[in-house]
Amino acid sequence: MINVKGLHLSAAAEVVKTALRFESGVWLCKDGIEANARSILGLLPLVAVMGSEVIVKADGPDEEDAVRAIVALFNAKFNEEA
Amino acid sequence: MADKPEVVTNGIAASPGIAMGRVLVSTRRDISVPFRHLETGEAEAEKKRLEEAMAAARDQLQETREKVAVDMGESYARIFDAHVMILEDRGSLDQVMEKIDGGYNAEFAFNAVFSKHERLLWEKGDTYIKDRAGDIRDVRRRVLSNLLGARPTRRDLSKIDEPVIVIAHDLSPADTAQMRKEKVMGFATDIGGRTSHTAIMARSLEIPAVVGLNDVTSRVGDGDFVILDGNRGKLIISPGAETRKKYAEEVKRYESFTRGLLRYKDLPATTIDGHTVTLSANIELHDEVDSVLEHGAEGIGLYRTEFIYIGREGLPTEDEQFLIYKDVASRLAPNPVIIRTMDLGGDKFLSAFESPKEMNPYLGWRGIRFCLARKDIFKTQLRAILRSTSFGDVKVMYPMISSLDELVDANMVLEEAKKELKREGHEFNNQCEVGIMVETPAAVMIARELAPHVSFFSIGSNDLIQYALAADRGNEKVAYLYKPLHPGVLRFIDETIRVGRESGIWVGLCGEMSSDVVCAYVLLGLGIDELSTSPYVVPEIKEKVRSVYFSEAEKIARHVLTLRTASEVEQAVLEKMERDLPELLL
Repeated sequence: MINVKGLHLSAAAEVVKTALRFESGVWLCKDGIEANARSILGLLPLVAVMGSEVIVKADGPDEEDAVRAIVALFNAKFNEEA
Repeated sequence: MADKPEVVTNGIAASPGIAMGRVLVSTRRDISVPFRHLETGEAEAEKKRLEEAMAAARDQLQETREKVAVDMGESYARIFDAHVMILEDRGSLDQVMEKIDGGYNAEFAFNAVFSKHERLLWEKGDTYIKDRAGDIRDVRRRVLSNLLGARPTRRDLSKIDEPVIVIAHDLSPADTAQMRKEKVMGFATDIGGRTSHTAIMARSLEIPAVVGLNDVTSRVGDGDFVILDGNRGKLIISPGAETRKKYAEEVKRYESFTRGLLRYKDLPATTIDGHTVTLSANIELHDEVDSVLEHGAEGIGLYRTEFIYIGREGLPTEDEQFLIYKDVASRLAPNPVIIRTMDLGGDKFLSAFESPKEMNPYLGWRGIRFCLARKDIFKTQLRAILRSTSFGDVKVMYPMISSLDELVDANMVLEEAKKELKREGHEFNNQCEVGIMVETPAAVMIARELAPHVSFFSIGSNDLIQYALAADRGNEKVAYLYKPLHPGVLRFIDETIRVGRESGIWVGLCGEMSSDVVCAYVLLGLGIDELSTSPYVVPEIKEKVRSVYFSEAEKIARHVLTLRTASEVEQAVLEKMERDLPELLL
């Protein structure tokens, strides 16, 4: 469980792409909502979470790598700079 | 010929520019979703039908994506990646397939699952999130129309022959991406907001657009003549000769502006006889600063900060806000930036709060009332604004003041914020000017009592007119009462300006009145010190101010204050302008 920051629509798309690379289930949690990071429709209610904290959870054989990859994506600002 | 009466409809200015021309109504035939129970053993065939419709949708989106990547760039193309992803959402597809297994037809099953997602987002109430529901709607419609057969649900916008103004209930980003400036002069829609992808793409394509017009599709037909004013967010249906002339001139001016011939950009708005008013711009998004500078505005007269609060969960931190204000302040420096503290409520709500359902939101919990009830949020914003005063000429403005107590309380919170910042060793300008919006009739009547506590008044004409005339201009049945030149309104404005002058503070006006040439002429004559308009209108108003005599404007303004009705005022000003300044009305 790690706290990270920031999310919107094309960013959500990047999160889904990343989560789908792993076998583990991945969730983003915020205010009691658990959103399935493997589903963009699941993430949409969270797209407004800009600058607030969310928790990343994963469960499965590659759970640690999955969390690390999602956090790295947040830190890289969703590769959107280009 | 029997002319239809001119009708002005007000929406949201989504993309700047003016277009005049014939309408092409592009209605999406309402997709009616058929419902039937499947026969035993039919489910597999039904699933296959859905998979084909989805594959077709994927190809269409992919095609649009490639085209947009080439025409507009990678960042716009990514919108369609997100759409493909919505289409391929595993969890939702499983639900759709389950429903088909349960005996429902593909259209019904698909529509049920995807409209539920849409409704959930819509119910969150926040403007930005609602625009995201639009993203799901686009995908849902695309699949449904593929399922229902090859028949296209709307005219192909890439195959329009003659230049038209497209009027539609709603346009998807994919529809917008097909538009070409040469063929689509502009577009207007019933629904949508400033942050919808359609609006964002229209700005990038430089196609004028007005959205959120509610029922415009039911009010126009193919071939009707309209004027689309993307600078002010208006669509004028069957414009009269006067209006056409006025806009034809503005189009010319606008074109010459876009060719970079902004003659007056660096000149002040000074009348022939040497009277100067300050021309500033209103902005609501941080990225509008460029257009403020390009259009030669002398500062920001109204920075609406609501967009910093909406479209997100949780509240913006002091540092986040500070960085935004600092950037705006330093880019405008040495010109002033008036930051209006948040005016949430009315038609804008904070998703971080349960938005209370109010019978009468415009008379409810909004503006300074909200701020004083939530001093923690208010003080955070004031601290951020104060910290930005070291980087430019930043002024603070409170909205919706209706009593002296509110102003005194707000100033007390400001003083506390200053004390805290001083203690923490932050730098700021202790002399930072503070002003108020004068937008309630009560504020006008107690202006003399309010003046000693502020450095300026800024008349918020949109709300002042609405409150003075007790008419909601969003309500079609009473919108005809909403008259900026009503003598009651003009006398309120005159009183505010007079008290300001006698109290030694300046008085500005930020509101649509300042972007109308006739109104602006009267305001000039009444002695207004500052006019703040949409950045796109600044060059036009500046040119007008530079071509008139202040002494003449003053004479007519004094005269109209004695008249009895809005139409008498209007007629008197127009006659005067026709006589003395025919070129002004061109």
